[in-house]
Amino acid sequence: MKKIKYDDLGSVLNPLKNLQFFARKPVTEPLGPRPAAEIYRGFHLNDMEKCIGCSTCQKICDNAAITMVKIPHLKEDPVNGIRNLRPAIDYGRCCWCALCVDICPVGAIELSREYVHTCNGDEVDSYFVLPQEKGMHGTFEEKGWTKTETNDLLDRKRLPMGEMTPDERGDNFDEIVNGFTPEQAILEASRCVQCGMCHDSCPTHMHAPEYIRAIWKGNVEEAVEWMYESNPFSHVCGRVCTHRCESACSLNQAGLPQGSEPIAIRWLKRYAMDAVPHERIKEIAARKKTDQKTGQKIAVIGAGPAGLTAAFDLVKQGHEVQVYEALAKAGGMTRYGIPYYRLPDDMLDRDVDVIVSMGVSIQYNIRIGKDISMEQLHKDYDAVILAIGLQSGRSTRIPGSEHEDVHSAVELLRRIGSVRDDMNTAEDLDFKVPHSAVVIGGGNVAMDIGRSLARYQKQQYNQVNMTITAIDALENFPADDVEIKESLEEGITIIPSRGPQEVVLENGKIKALKTWRVESVFDADGRFAPQYDESDEQLYDVEMVVEAIGQMAEMELLGEQLTEQLEWQRGRLKVAEDGATSVDWLWSAGDCVNGPDVVHAVADGHRVAESINKAFSVQR
Amino acid sequence: MRPENYQVVSLPNSDEYELFIGPNHPGIEGNYAFKLKLDGDRVISGKADAGYLHRGFEKLMEGRLWIQNLAIVPRICVPDPVPMEVVYSLTVEDIEKTEVPLRAQWIRVMQLELSRIASHLFTFGGHAATTGMYTPSYWGVADRDLALDLFEELTGGRVYHIYNIPGGVRRDIPNGFLDRLSDYLDYLQTRQNDYDNLLFTNQVFVKRARDIGVLNQEQALEWGVTGPNLRATGLAFDVRRDDPYLIYEQLDFDIPVQSAGDCLSRILVRRDELFQSVRILRQIIKHLPSVKGPVRSPIPNPLAWNVAKGESYCRVESSKGELAYYTVSDGGDKPYRVHVRGASSMHAVQVLENMSVGQRIEDVAQIMFSLDACPPEVDR
Repeated sequence: MKKIKYDDLGSVLNPLKNLQFFARKPVTEPLGPRPAAEIYRGFHLNDMEKCIGCSTCQKICDNAAITMVKIPHLKEDPVNGIRNLRPAIDYGRCCWCALCVDICPVGAIELSREYVHTCNGDEVDSYFVLPQEKGMHGTFEEKGWTKTETNDLLDRKRLPMGEMTPDERGDNFDEIVNGFTPEQAILEASRCVQCGMCHDSCPTHMHAPEYIRAIWKGNVEEAVEWMYESNPFSHVCGRVCTHRCESACSLNQAGLPQGSEPIAIRWLKRYAMDAVPHERIKEIAARKKTDQKTGQKIAVIGAGPAGLTAAFDLVKQGHEVQVYEALAKAGGMTRYGIPYYRLPDDMLDRDVDVIVSMGVSIQYNIRIGKDISMEQLHKDYDAVILAIGLQSGRSTRIPGSEHEDVHSAVELLRRIGSVRDDMNTAEDLDFKVPHSAVVIGGGNVAMDIGRSLARYQKQQYNQVNMTITAIDALENFPADDVEIKESLEEGITIIPSRGPQEVVLENGKIKALKTWRVESVFDADGRFAPQYDESDEQLYDVEMVVEAIGQMAEMELLGEQLTEQLEWQRGRLKVAEDGATSVDWLWSAGDCVNGPDVVHAVADGHRVAESINKAFSVQR
Repeated sequence: MRPENYQVVSLPNSDEYELFIGPNHPGIEGNYAFKLKLDGDRVISGKADAGYLHRGFEKLMEGRLWIQNLAIVPRICVPDPVPMEVVYSLTVEDIEKTEVPLRAQWIRVMQLELSRIASHLFTFGGHAATTGMYTPSYWGVADRDLALDLFEELTGGRVYHIYNIPGGVRRDIPNGFLDRLSDYLDYLQTRQNDYDNLLFTNQVFVKRARDIGVLNQEQALEWGVTGPNLRATGLAFDVRRDDPYLIYEQLDFDIPVQSAGDCLSRILVRRDELFQSVRILRQIIKHLPSVKGPVRSPIPNPLAWNVAKGESYCRVESSKGELAYYTVSDGGDKPYRVHVRGASSMHAVQVLENMSVGQRIEDVAQIMFSLDACPPEVDR
């Protein structure tokens, strides 16, 4: 670069150089509005439909400029993770850093290219704005800073969960999923944005944001303490919960080009429960137990999740609780319905042990209605909770379904569950493992029995000959996607859209199952009325048929007099929202009221315990 | 009526008087004040008075998430905010051992140099205005605005860019940006003669700035002065060359030096530096398209980001001198401590106070602008 001669006085004509500026274009900007740059960070836009009200923008805002405002006319749908809260911006605080845009889990909030807003003194509140799709002044002036894959700040990918390969797991009942290591759990927990959608959607409103945060901080005991606030079946739910929380997770919301996976909330719960020693869990669970005795006595019929949760709550409040269980062990459907490879018994035993350690007494092998009558219970106790679950399977009632080799899935699972231990072998069973079998039904129970029998087949005959068929199309199967995927991996054939017509018998033995192709399942009014294409007939040559099309409660235990006394609704016991029946000393909870689901049963247990406690405190 | 115990205070006969300039005064850079003791036109002593803009940046940062601080740091130097963002990110990356993609490093250097140009243009105008020449300040601001247009296009913000993030930069450069940058550099070079004629060789200015506010090399080193103010005393020290960061090692540029250490030398160093930055940007325009890859390495969810336990001291060369951050993490989701070594904090207090002594009152403002003092760097 040339050195300048600042010492040089220069010519006297130098000032004349300035004349050249008359010929130059002025450097000043032209008057009039100037369009902002394409990624300008101007006033906010918010897509009201896309926004789920998760308030993550509020959390990242470094100036506390965002307030979540309730918009009453918008949809509030906690099950699907949608709240009717929307961000309102205080432009007296906003610094237009656009971190709210970069972190928004759904990409709803964006910045526009609009940058001018003025007002006079009495309109100062016009700086507090609820952003809409149309922009600050209702005149959309194009999008500015938006979310792209580069500036997205969230970690969208779930940590892969280690599990056994189909070959490794095909012939045994070992637990498939490995669970997180501490490092993996902390990483997975760090993805959480603490929106609380999981808490809202959970039937028992588990404090998932709090325990995820605790896991992230490395404090598993705090996590367990949060879990026992709302769920004494956390070992079970950490393994087999239907995880509504994950469906509602903000990070599960579709519509982003890069895709997004929810936090593995269920596996995190499992991790924290497994990480804390059992004795310590007992101490943590007992922290909120009162020392006072109320003197009230409650009987619970059925030691499943609903009954034991209610017992857990009531014991905590100082009541005396006696649980009666018809079978040899506690757990109900979680023990006698869910196979070992999904939920090992010792995990269930731990949950039950914590509840028993709180002071709940359980008597096994006592069948109410047979060993003790309901009248007797009424006489001996202040309240009775009916939590008997759904113990008998529904039948298709097709010709041949009365045959002895046509089983109900729940009954067969119960027989498997009664003999199983770590080393499940077919020799222990009280029935012969069929060389070939077909399961009718597309739900999780169908998958459970199909996969269990397939394991025994592999053990005994070294080959799987198992078919699962259902009336629904594959995409409408009620079973979890992962169950279907793993069933297929284990060599099970799944044949959707087939309606069973007849169990073909020959010489007193099952020869085959006859099915027709389903044309439609529901009629124009949405009622269940399957239409079949009779020309498309298939026969599956099998030795055993298993029906897994639904379950029913066994209400015979109530006895004639009580049955008469109670109110019924379409053949089902009439139960109020809080679990109370029409008789003032009887409550009902769990699957027999709400249908099969562990976490719903737990929620129901809490509800009933609260209702009973309230009734007692009124009496006192 | 006077109270009974009233006594007349007799002061010694003196021509001295006090003058308070600032905190809102055209002769003061930013929100800063100066208490002068004068005898006629001559300064007897001066006392710098900071604190008019104190927001407690360093303390604020301890209460905010690591990522939220990105929105605070550029405010510590308004005319030259990019080095603040970059050096904060550098310290976090250093503690976390984050690898910054090469492309992001090139983009960062591009911003740093463009920011230097914008800052120097501002200073030319300010310095000239303190001598009564207002045209350079209009020109400087107008030409700086063109650089801000480029920043707006690149980052979405004109003044506070908030574009650098630990791990890289927030977005890739827009299409055609380098062409427009190149046009701007062409334009700046055509303006070189105009600025020389108007300011740097203009005897009205030269005679006014020469031998005023002299700082010798020994004093400069003793007081910890860095940047153009140090280089105006003849020492070619520049962090970009002497302790290279990002990709400065791959770039070819000179360190302009002057020897007199007066107001004129300082502005001439800045003039030369501006065109060295143009030279650097030309190299970046040539190389950047061939540097492929991502512009950001992923960081964890910022709401649950525990930066590893550790500490880091990183420095860069800002338009004011050596700018450094000392960041300490106790392994939490917020910094334990962030200390900002603002380049101006060295020359805006003691140097300014000492250099004003014996000068005439009309030169005090010139000295402050010639040092390019940035009060928020003192008041952070």
